[in-house]
Amino acid sequence: MPENLVEEILQSIDLHKSITRMSPHVVINANRVLSSRVVEGLEIEPEELPDGVKARLRVGRGVKIKQPVHLCFGMLPERGIQKILLDVEIEDEAEVNFMAHCTFPNAVDIQHLMEAEIRVGRGASYRYFERHWHSDQGMVRVVPAARIKLAEKARFSTEFELLKGRVGVIDIDYHTDCEAGSSAEMKARIFGRQDDIIKIKESASLEGEGSRAVLTTHIAVRDEARAEIYNELIARAPYSRGHVDCKEIIQGNGVARAVPVVEVHHPKAHVTHEAAIGSVDSKQLQTLMARGLSEDEAVDLIIEGLLS
Amino acid sequence: MAILEVRDLTLQMDSGFILNGLTMEFWEGYVHAVVGPNGAGKSTLANVIMGLPGYRHHGGDVLFEGRSIKHLNVDERARLGITLAWQEPARFEGLKVDQFILAAAGEKSEREVDRVLELVGLDPFRYRRRAVDKTLSGGERKRIELASILAMKPRLVMLDEPDSGVDIEAIERIFEAIALLKKEGTTVLLITHSPRVLERADHAFLMCSGMLVDKGETRKILECFSGKCLPCPHQNVPDLNSISKNKSGGENA
Repeated sequence: MPENLVEEILQSIDLHKSITRMSPHVVINANRVLSSRVVEGLEIEPEELPDGVKARLRVGRGVKIKQPVHLCFGMLPERGIQKILLDVEIEDEAEVNFMAHCTFPNAVDIQHLMEAEIRVGRGASYRYFERHWHSDQGMVRVVPAARIKLAEKARFSTEFELLKGRVGVIDIDYHTDCEAGSSAEMKARIFGRQDDIIKIKESASLEGEGSRAVLTTHIAVRDEARAEIYNELIARAPYSRGHVDCKEIIQGNGVARAVPVVEVHHPKAHVTHEAAIGSVDSKQLQTLMARGLSEDEAVDLIIEGLLS
Repeated sequence: MAILEVRDLTLQMDSGFILNGLTMEFWEGYVHAVVGPNGAGKSTLANVIMGLPGYRHHGGDVLFEGRSIKHLNVDERARLGITLAWQEPARFEGLKVDQFILAAAGEKSEREVDRVLELVGLDPFRYRRRAVDKTLSGGERKRIELASILAMKPRLVMLDEPDSGVDIEAIERIFEAIALLKKEGTTVLLITHSPRVLERADHAFLMCSGMLVDKGETRKILECFSGKCLPCPHQNVPDLNSISKNKSGGENA
């Protein structure tokens, strides 16, 4: 195993001390699987492709994995394409919590493309937290797309976070279909700077009775950055409930656009939405500046809090 | 020795003069109070000294350690050691108490966060990771703001209505913090219309309608303020004859 590459990737995301050989994990650099460890009930079958990695992840019926499973996707070279194709199967009554870390510390021209098919079985629980670590140059194009199917009473939550470094271009497209009694929570928190471009499309279809979904997007843009958020929630079943929450903060010449779409097909369904776009509160700014922070430092800290 | 002086300070807004020819000296290491009825211009004076946006187009000058700071922004003044605690502290959604305190602190350590929280009577274990938002009461936010100021170790701090919206226990803690700031050599400027806050000062100024009415020993100003200003017989328009008598017979600051 190329230990120094693993160490370099883990160091770039400050996880070199917390992830050990014993932690369930997969570490990928470009198209190579550098290290992996599974626990009982978790199967990971990676396959190296010319420009990425294809992986099948499966958690067996009724298996409850207590420890978080770390997925580290790195691109240490300055240039290149990394495609990640994921096929995820969480079988009935299983539980798993993935923590994905995507790091591109030396990026000059990198494309990180992800396509995921995710099936969460009856009564199963799947949590996926994805944190991106980009360089300050922002020469990264991130295009993740996921199609998620939730069986009855399944629980799914995903959270995407990109707060440090430049975004570059990000174009997220996630859709979840929810059967009866299932719940989906999709959250994105991103801070765009300079000429970063943020596009997010998150949608959920409440197909089964009593299904629930919450789509939350908190975005901040400053300088010349642009954000376009499209959240769509469709309720087709009785007693289905949903909420769309989009909050965007703009500073400088940033531009933010929010399009919340709610569509209800059943009189006993209930869907709400809220969208707010505004700037940093002047009193907060003045308070921090009166403690000696520059305007930029104060704005960053306020936004860090808002996006936390 | 004066750490801060305002000279012939005027500030005009649409409604007229908010500050009208104010000249004051604030001695280093003292607890000063600026007292007066609502609308006297006390908070405006603090905002001008801090250099807040909307309060920079004033006449006259503000000098810190003998040098004009009129041209400096808020953060530049803060880096000289001047700071302000607002009457109603800001709420910061998502920002944790320790982040808020560390932003101001000279010593960036958890130990320092805990130290200043304990000084204002808040249990660090309970408060360190709470957000400085609407889940905290006004009194808790006031104490957290004061904790951040203690961590900053400023040369001059202005506390605008430090007792407003706080309970009896909290106000005692705030008074203790004021005493501690003085002990550490910080000059304190209390903006108040409360006699119980005024009592904490070594020296006081009485303002009315943007003007300085009187100045001197706290007890004298307290008697004058309580006897003549509460309630205000002139509807916030100072009795100029009374002012000139007070000035001629008053103590020289």
